[in-house]
Amino acid sequence: MAMTITQKILARAAGKEKVVPGELINAAIDVVMCHDVTTPPAISMLKAHGIDKVFDPEKIIVTPDHFQPAKDIKSAELHKRLDDWAKEKGIKYYYPVGRAGVCHALLPEQGHIRPGEVIVGGDSHTCTYGAFAAFSTGIGSTDLAAAIATGQLWFKVPASMKIVLKGSIPAGVYSKDVILAVIKETGVDGALYKAMEFVGPALKNMSAEARMTITNMAIEAGGKNGIIGFDKTTKKYLDEHLKGDAEYTVYESDADAEYESVVEIDCSRLEPIVALPHLPSNGKPISQCAGIKMEQAYIGSCTNGRIEDLRIAAGILKGRKVAIRTIVVPATPAIWKQAMDEGLFEIFYEAGCVISAPTCGACLGGFMGILAEGQKCVSTTNRNFVGRMGHPRSEVYLVSPATAAASAVEGKITDPRTYIV
Amino acid sequence: MAKAHVYKRDHINTDEIIPARYLNTDDVDELAKHCMEDLDAEFAGKCSHGDVIVAGDDFGCGSSREHAVWALQGAKVGAVIAQSFARIFYRNAINCGFYVIELEDAVNKIADGDEIEIDYAAGVIKNKTAGKDINFTPLPDFALEIIRDGGLLEHIKKNR
Ligand code: SF4
Repeated sequence: MAMTITQKILARAAGKEKVVPGELINAAIDVVMCHDVTTPPAISMLKAHGIDKVFDPEKIIVTPDHFQPAKDIKSAELHKRLDDWAKEKGIKYYYPVGRAGVCHALLPEQGHIRPGEVIVGGDSHTCTYGAFAAFSTGIGSTDLAAAIATGQLWFKVPASMKIVLKGSIPAGVYSKDVILAVIKETGVDGALYKAMEFVGPALKNMSAEARMTITNMAIEAGGKNGIIGFDKTTKKYLDEHLKGDAEYTVYESDADAEYESVVEIDCSRLEPIVALPHLPSNGKPISQCAGIKMEQAYIGSCTNGRIEDLRIAAGILKGRKVAIRTIVVPATPAIWKQAMDEGLFEIFYEAGCVISAPTCGACLGGFMGILAEGQKCVSTTNRNFVGRMGHPRSEVYLVSPATAAASAVEGKITDPRTYIV
Repeated sequence: MAKAHVYKRDHINTDEIIPARYLNTDDVDELAKHCMEDLDAEFAGKCSHGDVIVAGDDFGCGSSREHAVWALQGAKVGAVIAQSFARIFYRNAINCGFYVIELEDAVNKIADGDEIEIDYAAGVIKNKTAGKDINFTPLPDFALEIIRDGGLLEHIKKNR
């Protein structure tokens, strides 16, 4: 029977020949991602139920990221619970402050993600890892507790939706614009419960980093997972990042696999897109919304805080000054160091930006760049919900790193193509 | 009897149910104080034991924070009735032993302030104010069992 890549991975994890959409399966989990907001409660639940065991201390990857370094006493206590538990359980891959980074940038970079695996994490953007031909999805704390203890979870096999990215992407338009265009098309619940499988020629020239921006936002269309097939770009990234066990199995969708729906996007016709408040699906071509005044620009997060993103922003900020508060957050310590080595910090400094340590921070309205009432922020993050980055009456505009940088220079939503020669 | 609090909105997200600025704790009573704060600052004050929230499509979209369910449980909300739910929220709710009901056109079948009574297994909402019975498809048995046991971990323990 023909299957999609998502079905094949889930069938393997369930020890079955085949699985069909809608089927309930019990799947073996390969990697569990843990961070400082959702894991401490999971640990407390396990303690409360007298469950002492973790299924495999080498397959649970722990990084505090949301409020790290601790922003207040309460978050310091969350971190303490996480630290103590990780030590007690002998968690092998624990990233303490100094090595900790935004989870979805850190795990692939540190070589924890392999094609064909089933990965879960206590965070909705865990779908990011699908960029490496893996099945990856976000879960809450109770599921996390169950996964930590048993290494297994039940899943309903999702139907798949095929997203065909046609054409090639014009200059000044980036994978962030592509995914914002996709979500504009599907709506925030158009892929509810479904696997979003991205295919098409536009992916060919996209780096592994740029692909992560796409799968990262599958959840913003309601998707269960986002997934991109394996190719030589995937292989190259894995060759450079995988540590230790470099073996993995590559699955691909059968040519006659069934898709519940197909969405086609002609990337060659795209212009930069801005998702206006308060939904990621509120995308507008920049020609229709340039000029809106901003108070802050934010360049970072699991969506767009990787080295490539910082290079794109620096390319525009070089030799220019920002007109508004501009916060640059490299997503991991390795990205931070690379940006420094490449001289990007010099550019950000001269432009008048502040550079923070790797953290989720302001992306979720935690700290390090909170908005006051009425303020507007142009941001490379993935959510622009009410109150997401601060006051319930503040506003977040989602854009690519290029649009964020150009808008920072002018203090208003600005088409980055005027800065790219 | 439960009172309905109707929000004629789609995509009520986890940032509205419990804003991230309160995620530095998992203390249920603390979370309950801020339940629904960015949508309706009055909510925590006006919700009495067992009251239900009624909403449109995609309730609970956004983050995977189970804190959203805990805040609702802490605020003594008995159930959420919505036209549809976001996937992670729905799963979290069942895992926490919290009732979620999918009901087509819910916001037009139940009015704000209506007194209702719910039979979860039979799939019937008795709208006492309107004097009408509304049918819904009950949760599958295994989900009802998890909820009755008080959540997934209790359920796993009980069945071990
Ligand atoms: S950067 Fe933002 S979206 Fe990504 S994991 Fe952190 S809080 Fe979530």
